[in-house]
Amino acid sequence: MWLNMQEELIAIKGVNDGLLISLSTTEKWQSVTDQLAARIDEQADFYNGARITVELGARPVPKYELSSLKALLERRGLKLGLVISESDTTRNSAIALEVPTRENGRAESHTTAKQAGLQETAPVDSEETGTLGTLFRRTLRSGRTIHSEGHVVVFGDVNPGAKVIAAGDIVIWGKLRGYAHAGVKGDETAIVCALDMSPSQLRIAGHVATSPPGRRKGVLPEVAKVRDSQIIVEARE
Amino acid sequence: MAGKVVTISSGKGGVGKTTATANLGISLASLGKKVVVIDADIGLRNLDVIMGLENRIVYDLVDIVEGRSKLRQSMIKHKKFEDLFLIPAAQTRDKMAVSPDDMVKLADELREDFDYILIDSPAGIERGFRNALEPADEVLIVTNPEVSAVRDADRITGLIEAAEKGPGRLIINRLKPDLVKKGEMLSSDDVYDILGLTIIGIIPEDELVLSASNSGIPVTLNLNSKAGTAFNNVARRLTGEDVPFMNLNGHSSILQRLVSFLDGI
Repeated sequence: MWLNMQEELIAIKGVNDGLLISLSTTEKWQSVTDQLAARIDEQADFYNGARITVELGARPVPKYELSSLKALLERRGLKLGLVISESDTTRNSAIALEVPTRENGRAESHTTAKQAGLQETAPVDSEETGTLGTLFRRTLRSGRTIHSEGHVVVFGDVNPGAKVIAAGDIVIWGKLRGYAHAGVKGDETAIVCALDMSPSQLRIAGHVATSPPGRRKGVLPEVAKVRDSQIIVEARE
Repeated sequence: MAGKVVTISSGKGGVGKTTATANLGISLASLGKKVVVIDADIGLRNLDVIMGLENRIVYDLVDIVEGRSKLRQSMIKHKKFEDLFLIPAAQTRDKMAVSPDDMVKLADELREDFDYILIDSPAGIERGFRNALEPADEVLIVTNPEVSAVRDADRITGLIEAAEKGPGRLIINRLKPDLVKKGEMLSSDDVYDILGLTIIGIIPEDELVLSASNSGIPVTLNLNSKAGTAFNNVARRLTGEDVPFMNLNGHSSILQRLVSFLDGI
């Protein structure tokens, strides 16, 4: 297995219980996963049915990103069996997705010299790095749309006719009356929360819900999430 | 003199932009201001009809912009007010005949001689709206207390904010107090709740508006009309006066009519 840092953001090799995929810890997540998908698709027959161990180094991978990676593998008939990462964020994401996780691979068998070189350039995960998001600090009016590869926070209202679409979570510090789609890349653990939750339509991953008709009294901040393949909305305790 | 350019806009058609423009023009003129109203709805002009000046049109906005007529000779003086003028829209051309820059140039020229330049924006969010928005110092957004009109007002407010002309003030037109009371119509509070804009006027539904528009004598000139009084109040608020909102509920409105009737004598 060869690894060219210029072009190759991933390294794949066979280990005793399946395949070990090491992903670049510095390149844009989108580029890395795109290349991984392309590599697997080139030799779909070879990979089909394999159990995958993913090595992510020190990169903090939020839940929605790991979830979309898992979905990417599953669509290709691969099972994500283990996540190896030095980042607490990433390991917590794996735990939330019920994927086994470990801090270190067995260095002698898993990490080649070149992969070790790859990891030297990775940021030191000494603090809680959090995950990427977009902050929008005004009311989002009809006709406006926010797209984000991460989370979205709106400090203001989302009016009817406005749209918020995020790969991660959506937090509205105001009234949500428009359209909101969290976990747009397939993350079912994404949440939507708002001070006044009355969206025209609410989506989390592939699930859809609308607000019950009629006015509500005593509006409380609420959180929407998927439980048993259904979107449920509950008050924040 | 540095006149103020006020654009009257709405997004949705048929909510009463032109009626509001005509009435505000009359109200401001009756307050002693020098006013010119511009019909920016090229191709579908009707501000002239509502102001009763249709048969006096010789030149129009496109003639001025394209240099076929001088500004002075193109403005039509109102029959009743010495200091109220109209620049009508062209019937035979479309919105592309005028650019936003043309409107800025025209407005800057008018600013020298007038206190208020009111621009009646066409419906929609395309070129005609851009033409009307570009020279504006302030935007008044007209909406009706109904969901679709409020949605469009919200959309237009976003565009006005994006053009840094915002946030604009709101005229809620054709409110029916009895329907609001029964919960069948949005109240002014409901509208405010969605748009978050300062309300500069609430105009009650009034049959007199229709007959006034048809006859070319705007309703502000009718002292018995609640809508006319409300428009007068908007004009006064526009000049910076602090005018309390009318009570639109049954009893006091009869009293108010009596007061305005006595004022008329």
